[in-house]
Amino acid sequence: MTWTWFHRLGSPPHVYRLARRLTPWFSWSAAVLILAALYGGLVLAPPDYQQGEGFRMIYVHAPTAWMSLMVYTTMACAAAVGLVWRMKVAHAAAAACAPIGASFTFAALVTGSLYGEPMWGTWWEWDPRLTSELILFFLYLGYMGLRGAIEDTQRADRTSAVLAVVGVVNVPIIHYSVTWWNSLHQAPSVMRLGKPTLAGAMLWPLLTMLLGFTLLFVALLLVRLRAEILARERNASWLQEELAA
Amino acid sequence: MAELPHAALTAAGRVEADGSAAQGTPVLAAARLVLERDLTLAFRRRGQLIQPLAFFAIVTMLFPLAISPELARLREVAAGVLWVAALLASLLALEFLFRDDAYDGTLEQYALSGQPLTGLMFAKTAAHWLLTGLPLALIAPLAALSLGAPPGAIPGILASLAVGTVALSLIGSIGAALTLGIRRSGVLLALLTLPLSLPVLIFGARASELAIRGESIVAPLELLGALAVLGITLAPLASAAAVRISLE
Amino acid sequence: MREFFDMGGYAAFVWPAYAVTFAVVILNVFWARRALAQALAAARRRAAGGGGAP
Repeated sequence: MTWTWFHRLGSPPHVYRLARRLTPWFSWSAAVLILAALYGGLVLAPPDYQQGEGFRMIYVHAPTAWMSLMVYTTMACAAAVGLVWRMKVAHAAAAACAPIGASFTFAALVTGSLYGEPMWGTWWEWDPRLTSELILFFLYLGYMGLRGAIEDTQRADRTSAVLAVVGVVNVPIIHYSVTWWNSLHQAPSVMRLGKPTLAGAMLWPLLTMLLGFTLLFVALLLVRLRAEILARERNASWLQEELAA
Repeated sequence: MAELPHAALTAAGRVEADGSAAQGTPVLAAARLVLERDLTLAFRRRGQLIQPLAFFAIVTMLFPLAISPELARLREVAAGVLWVAALLASLLALEFLFRDDAYDGTLEQYALSGQPLTGLMFAKTAAHWLLTGLPLALIAPLAALSLGAPPGAIPGILASLAVGTVALSLIGSIGAALTLGIRRSGVLLALLTLPLSLPVLIFGARASELAIRGESIVAPLELLGALAVLGITLAPLASAAAVRISLE
Repeated sequence: MREFFDMGGYAAFVWPAYAVTFAVVILNVFWARRALAQALAAARRRAAGGGGAP
């Protein structure tokens, strides 16, 4: 097993060109999948036994929540790779992830709140999932705040990378402690948001949506990654050829 | 300012002025030197040591004024109030953890000494806990009593805060190291440290709550202890990495 | 058709949820493309400036 492919990923021009070539594949397949899932979820799927048509919110809430976590994990992995192998490209990728993840976390909070109001009767519930989501939002804000506060790009990269790694270690701990805390003060079961049991016609749109959003994330990441690489490669000669093209 | 002679800290062996070979300092001895230095320096400015404690007391006082003087009502929120106040007070004290040493080049000496920076970071954080966390834990029972807690709750409150502040100092040291050299970093430091400290808050407040109710605090105290141990293992590593990056 | 928009009474929640989500999606696409355009423009400016006489 040769590691050449990995080490080539350390080369900014290589990654830049690869990103440019791959972006259309990811963005178009994402669009197709998301549209198909939309149709399947809004039109084809039958209403839920308990939640009626309201359950259709899961087709937007679940993907946004999934994105918020997946993007954070990707960000932390990229940061770790950047720290260990001193790869500028990895740091660029981590930087690119942050605004994407933060915005989808915000969407997850809003859709979670909207999903909760008819099901729980309140706009906000300190249930473990929403509370953890809120904390994750603050983790993103902290990461972006730290990056913004350090002027030197290399130092900002490495410092925020340490924060990202520390954060990702904390995410399961935070989730566990919030779940533990919530279970102490369990609301009566009538109020709890039960996940609709999905099967068949209700399930495939959800899975398709999740996959579509994942592909969307990759496409967004590739575009932002190119921007981050450009900002970090000040006077490299390969840039001249790229810009002329 | 207590000068820490570079020679006293260095790990490598060296040749003395008279030509004899001297051994390098083992890491435990170096860590003890760092700890003693921090404690000595802090005691020279005793006034500053009181400040986090005064802040804690004032914040605690805010709640009866904002809520109600009735002890029965206060008792219900006492655990939460104590812990939020302790969390905020320890946040304030964090800024001093590395700042002076970063200014006068001592941090750089530590990094260049050849000693594992992790060990020295642990020593600094230990000093910080002895100077702020432990005193906080000791005066917390007084604050608790003022909020209507029964005297029987004192051991439990003391224990939960003593262990919890260890974890808080460790987690806080990471944030302090990350924000080294950033001007006016107080709010950013809080924004970074608070989410990471939430598990400590949750388990600590729960332990104090159970203590006030007269129940056993073993379960949350064990979880607090686990967090402290995790912090001891991982936090100095992270702060050392962050300090090195800031010195580059 | 009316039933579709009514969403069984949940319309006030379902549609805003979808709206917010897809607003975030579209904004992300827009922001990403703008970030790239700005980075390209800045890189071109740097290249042009470097090539000129001091």
